[in-house]
Amino acid sequence: MLTSPFTFEKPTTIADAIEAVGDSGESMFYSGGTELLLAMKMRVIHTERLVDIKGIPGLDRIVLTDANEIEIGSRCTHKRIAADPVIREHAPALSTLCDNVANVRVRSVGTIGGNLCFGEPHADPPTMLAALNARLVLQGQTGVRFVHADEFIRSELETVREPDELLTMIVFPRPTGPVTYRRFKHGERPSVNVAMAWSMEATSSTIKTARVRVGALGSRPQPLKAVEDALKGRSIADVRPAIEAVLAEALDELDINDDRHGGADYKRHLAGVLLLRNAEEAMTRGKRSR
Amino acid sequence: MTHMLPISFSLNGQTVSMEVAAHTLLIDLVRGRLGLKGTKRSCDMEVCGACTMLLDGDPISSCTTLAVDVDQREVTTIEGVTPPDGLSRVQKAFVLHGGLQCGFCTPGFIMAVTALLKANPHPTDDEIRHYLHGNLCRCTGYVKIFEAVKSLAIEHVSEDAA
Repeated sequence: MLTSPFTFEKPTTIADAIEAVGDSGESMFYSGGTELLLAMKMRVIHTERLVDIKGIPGLDRIVLTDANEIEIGSRCTHKRIAADPVIREHAPALSTLCDNVANVRVRSVGTIGGNLCFGEPHADPPTMLAALNARLVLQGQTGVRFVHADEFIRSELETVREPDELLTMIVFPRPTGPVTYRRFKHGERPSVNVAMAWSMEATSSTIKTARVRVGALGSRPQPLKAVEDALKGRSIADVRPAIEAVLAEALDELDINDDRHGGADYKRHLAGVLLLRNAEEAMTRGKRSR
Repeated sequence: MTHMLPISFSLNGQTVSMEVAAHTLLIDLVRGRLGLKGTKRSCDMEVCGACTMLLDGDPISSCTTLAVDVDQREVTTIEGVTPPDGLSRVQKAFVLHGGLQCGFCTPGFIMAVTALLKANPHPTDDEIRHYLHGNLCRCTGYVKIFEAVKSLAIEHVSEDAA
């Protein structure tokens, strides 16, 4: 299948890319194309012009900053993130996640920024990044703004990004406790996924705070507030009973679509199973590192 | 109006310079204008792996890659890994172990396995399955393909012999 014709530009600065997209109103940013070209081939998306951001230096950087935050350039491929030493050391669960997105060919060229901007509900990274309390950096003609990962996806396949805003970077605090991710899937995309991140003091076995996100069920990842509250201040040894005491109530609050990945009740059950598997791994990791 | 762009890239070691429409897909350029028909199109949505080519050594889905994206880069197709006489080490292993029946998925598998062994000459069983899970075969049930790759993974040969 062919896309309809478009023109193609490859600017070398962020400002030029934003200007190129902003001017016409009919242009789109382009990098790996693993989502966008598919949609264009199916004629679901039409654009007059693609503005390739692969020629812009710096958008594929991954660094741990002096402020103890991890910055990932938006056009880092899944392959790049999976292999990056900073990510492997400080957020190994994200490395593993990226090593399991779709298939090896998609990981070669598909980017984390493209994945996020597509707003596909059945995706791996948004759930994990929300659990990591990530902020997304959007740069437009009038300046830069930060959007929390929790707020980025507006609805199915729609984000809060304006068409002429470029997602340049994903930033999250260096995790201080175990980060875990589990998914269930039939095909290339997750049917249900759960990510959990605990913050902990270096010498303590008490969870300071926990962030739990369940993804792929509605339009965007959802928090399990009751579980987060139950884990706050809890010792690692007490995690399982703490979760089990509130799990049914927490799962009831999820907004779940019936779709081709399964019925709502089925996926609600899976979310609970995946959460408990996350907890088992987090307990093991949390104990080992203390 | 069709936006034509000049590109220059290495195709199986030969430099190719030409003008392409911005919306030309790599698979159409290679199978059509350049006449190399070994690469197969099947699902057309990056799922099956039949159209796998290597871009700077990494496997990609040529069905969903723009030709303009290979400018100044190296593309390898099934023709590029097949010796002028006979078969490559990977191809021989597929024949020896019966890792194909209808053969339609085979060029994609050969490309993926070639890339895998280049990056990791002695992959574990799990690494083989993980790398190849995105290549679909509807004939073999995968066991024969796995056995073919496994036979290569445990061979002690120099890395450049792949």
